[in-house]
Formats: sequence, structure tokens, C-alpha cells
Amino acid sequence: MRNVYLDYSATTPVKEEVLQEMIPYFTEKFGNPSSLYDKGLESKEAVDNARAQIGALINADAKEIFFTAGGTEADNWAVFGTVDKLKEKGNHIITTKVEHHAMLHSCQFLEKQGYEVTYLGIGPDGRINLEELEAAITDKTILISVMMVNNEIGTVQPIKEIGKIAKAHKILFHTDAVQALGNIPIDVKDLGVDMMSMSSHKIYGPKGEGALYIRKGLRISNYLHGGAQENSRRAGTENMTGIVGFGKAAELARVHFDEHVKHCSELRDYLVDRILTEIPDTMVNGTMEARHPGNANITFKYIEGESILLMLNYVGISVSTGSACSSKSLEPSHVLSALGVPVEMIHGTVRFTVGDFTTKEDIDYVVENLKNIVEKLRMLSPVNAQKGW
Amino acid sequence: MALYNDTVMEHFMNPQNVGELENPDGTGTYGSPVCGDMMQIQIKVEDEKIVDAKFKTFGCGSAIASSSMATSMIIGKTIEEALELTNKEIIKELGGLPAVKVHCSVLADKAIKNAIYDYAMKNGKVYAALEGYDPNEDEDEHDHDVPEEE
Ligand SMILES: Cc1ncc(COP(=O)(O)O)c(C=O)c1O
Ligand SMILES: [Zn+2]
Repeated sequence: MRNVYLDYSATTPVKEEVLQEMIPYFTEKFGNPSSLYDKGLESKEAVDNARAQIGALINADAKEIFFTAGGTEADNWAVFGTVDKLKEKGNHIITTKVEHHAMLHSCQFLEKQGYEVTYLGIGPDGRINLEELEAAITDKTILISVMMVNNEIGTVQPIKEIGKIAKAHKILFHTDAVQALGNIPIDVKDLGVDMMSMSSHKIYGPKGEGALYIRKGLRISNYLHGGAQENSRRAGTENMTGIVGFGKAAELARVHFDEHVKHCSELRDYLVDRILTEIPDTMVNGTMEARHPGNANITFKYIEGESILLMLNYVGISVSTGSACSSKSLEPSHVLSALGVPVEMIHGTVRFTVGDFTTKEDIDYVVENLKNIVEKLRMLSPVNAQKGW
Repeated sequence: MALYNDTVMEHFMNPQNVGELENPDGTGTYGSPVCGDMMQIQIKVEDEKIVDAKFKTFGCGSAIASSSMATSMIIGKTIEEALELTNKEIIKELGGLPAVKVHCSVLADKAIKNAIYDYAMKNGKVYAALEGYDPNEDEDEHDHDVPEEE
């Protein structure tokens, strides 16, 4: 059976070149980068090399990159490190309703501690309203955190404009760029962000590795306490293979950026076009303008997403869904809710994300199978276009 | 490693008793697309026996599989017997469901009850198990309380 992986926003395979860079750091190059002999220095050099590779991808200095155990830790550090540092100044955070749970649940935790959080909504294009943002700012606001690219609908926020507003009000600005990295151009200096979260496993690097960009001159409180690693900002012996792999993945993402974006967006557009023209009662969620190049988020009306997912899985196709029934919390997607998609349609929503290893034949295989599956599930469904919901 | 066992997958991929009856003696629905799961079931009754049943379900894998299993289980049963069918028995016949999915199969026993209720109302029948039963009662709260794993 053919295997077609269309869930690159969930995670990506480690590229062969990346793996090859990593392997020596499991075995012969096992030195601790904090050690002062050659074997240690060899590892330290590798960490700094990876730091530079990541810096180059986002136009940051190597010293502004701090390695973490993934995007989740980077988000947590940015929020908790900022509120701790600025606790004298204020207790108000502004973020959005469509953030990843790494950010949302951190903010909800803070609300329980007495912090005030404003969750901005989004318009039909998936973007926040800048006037609403500005209106939400108070003299107690200490952090604005808005994700760069949404993980479900792939829509892009006006980061540069948000950065200007934050700067004008002298408020720190963090962005979760986990889905943006390698997929849209990022220049932290041009964008005016103070902190930015990144994750390795979304760009063909290993899992459990990420980084927080912290602008030079900015000091937030530490989140992990211990040794003097990462310039005494993030403790813990370095995950050498993770860091080296992330660095290499970032370098590949930079060198092959145009190719990657062209490949993904062409296949994604082909997938969307075929679904919308060949399968009735379907719609795309979120604007197609300036969107994550691999993301297609599609509602199949009158049927439910987990059923679609299961039947696709049965023929070797991997996707994800916004349906409540497929989530452990039994809550429908908070992103699609914020976008205004009616709940009954959220249940029938599937996210496809194409990546570097996707081929046109893969897409053809997916569309042919989808046609059968959607028809089969609609035969099973008590609701349909004639009867309505 | 799969989300569902083979029996559930078999009923999901090849569901039994799908569709609608031409002249049903009773029709029941339960749930709604807003909740994420909705089932419609129709029954044909002869001499107090359910001789045929058909379903249509909007929902996840376990909702569809339990609809298929439940309709298979009531065909051939008397009305009184069918009224005794519980969610637990359906799940047992399916060889178990993941704990978070148990709520989806509640649809089936409720929809069956509603279909029998419809039959009873149309035919002036009275069943002890339906005494005081209001099919619209807990329409809103059928869903999301997740029972403990057994
Ligand atoms: C937008 C966004 N933020 C944060 C994360 C968490 O990153 P990680 O899996 O590296 O902890 C993800 C990954 O799913 C994500 O998509
Ligand atoms: Zn369900």
C-alpha cells in the first residue's frame, strides 16, 4: 500500500543530511561542551556552529539564540520569564484566541495566579485587528504575544505592524514562530520582535529541540535553573544531537528556502483546487493569501473528521482533524471556532500539510481516495445538502 | 497500535444496516451535528418483534461502529428485549472502546429508545421501560462527560 504523509505541520521526518550530522554526537563526539579539554571544546564549537546556523535563518546574531527542549519550552520561558521579570511593572498580557496550547495554557495558568490576559479574536482572514490590539493595551500590559503562523489554518499575522505598536508602547513582544520557521521569510530585526519561539522537528530536524530568540540587550528571568549553560540563561547539559541536528536543518531550510516554498505551495494549491472542484460541499478555512505554503484546511460538510481520518489512514494516508471527537479533550478546534466556522462544520474539518517529500502522485492518490471516502460517509450521514443540518 | 480494535474497525469500515426503511414503524434520532455525533435509526416491527432496522450516523469511528453493532443486535429481538439493550452491552460486543470514546456509543441505545418511543406513540402501545420517558429530555447533555475507564 502507498504511504502518504500529509501532516508536516504535526512533525517532519529528519532529513538524511541532518541525521548524518547528528550521528557522531551520539558516539565518538560525546564530550560535554562545558568541559575544558579538547573533547569538550569540540562539542562547544558544534553548539555555537548550530547557534550561528539558526541565527542565519532569521537574521539574528548567534548570541541571541538560546536552545530549549522544543517550541513548548520556548513559549513557556518567554511568558513566565517575562512576567517574572516585569512583575513590578504590571500584570497584563495580550495574546490571541488562536495560539498553540503551549501559549494558551501558559496564559490560563497565569490567570489562575491573578494575571489578566486579553485574548484577541481574529477576522475572517485569520488575522487580529491592530486597532483592537492597540485598544487592549493598558499601563499594566507587560507582554504581547502573537503567533506568526497558525498551526491549524496556516494564516500569517501582521507581525511587523504588531512589533511597531509594541515598541511605541514600550511593551515586550514575543512571537511563536514554530510553524513559520523555514516556511515564510523571517528577519527578526526587520520584524521588531523581542522574543521568538522555534522548534526543530517542524523543519526536518529532531524532536525535543527548539530555541528562543531573545533580542540582544533584553534580559528576562530564567525558567530552568541549574548550570551555566547557554550563557547562564538556560540550564542543563546540552542535547548535543538535537542541537547539531536543529542547526543543520536550519541551514538546509535557509539554503533551499525558495525551492521548498515553491514545491509545497504548488502541491498544496493543486490539492485544494482538486478537492474544491471535484468534491461538492467543501470549503477552505482561512485566507489563501500569504499562507503557510504547505497548509490546506478543508471542511467536508455533512460528515465528521475522525471518520475521514480513519478511512484515509486505512489507505495509508496521514492527516489531522479539528473534530472534537478526535481530540482527547473532546473540544472542537479553538482556532476554527475563533475563525467563525460553525461547530457542526468544525467537526468535518481536515488539515492537510504537504512537505518536501510530497509528490504530485501522492496528491492524486489522496484526492482519488478522498472522493470515495467522502461519498461513502455521506451515504452514511443523516444530514446532507438537501435536508441541511 | 491502533485507535480501535478489529471488531470496531470492521463495523466502521463495513457497517451493517445502513440506510433508511421504506415504511418504518418507528424512527428515532439522537444527538446533533453540533455535538459531533448524531444517529438516526428506523425499525420495522412485526408481532412485537423488530424484524428490520436501518441507521444513518454523522459521527466518529466509534459512533458509526456502535450504530452498526446496535442495529445488528436488536434485529430479531422483541421490543421489550430491545428496550433493555444498554450502552455497556453494545461496547462489550464491540470488544471495548477507548475511554474517551464511550460517550459516542450512548447515541445508539438512546436512538433505539427514541425509535421505539415513536413506534409506541403511533400505535398506542405502552411499555414499562418507557414509562415517564421523554425523548427530548437530556438532548443537550448527552455528550461530553467522560466515564472512567473500566
Ligand atoms: C505553533 C506551535 N507552537 C508550539 C508548538 C510546540 O512545539 P514543540 O512540539 O517543539 O514543543 C507547536 C507544535 O505543535 C506549534 O505548532
Ligand atoms: Zn464520537
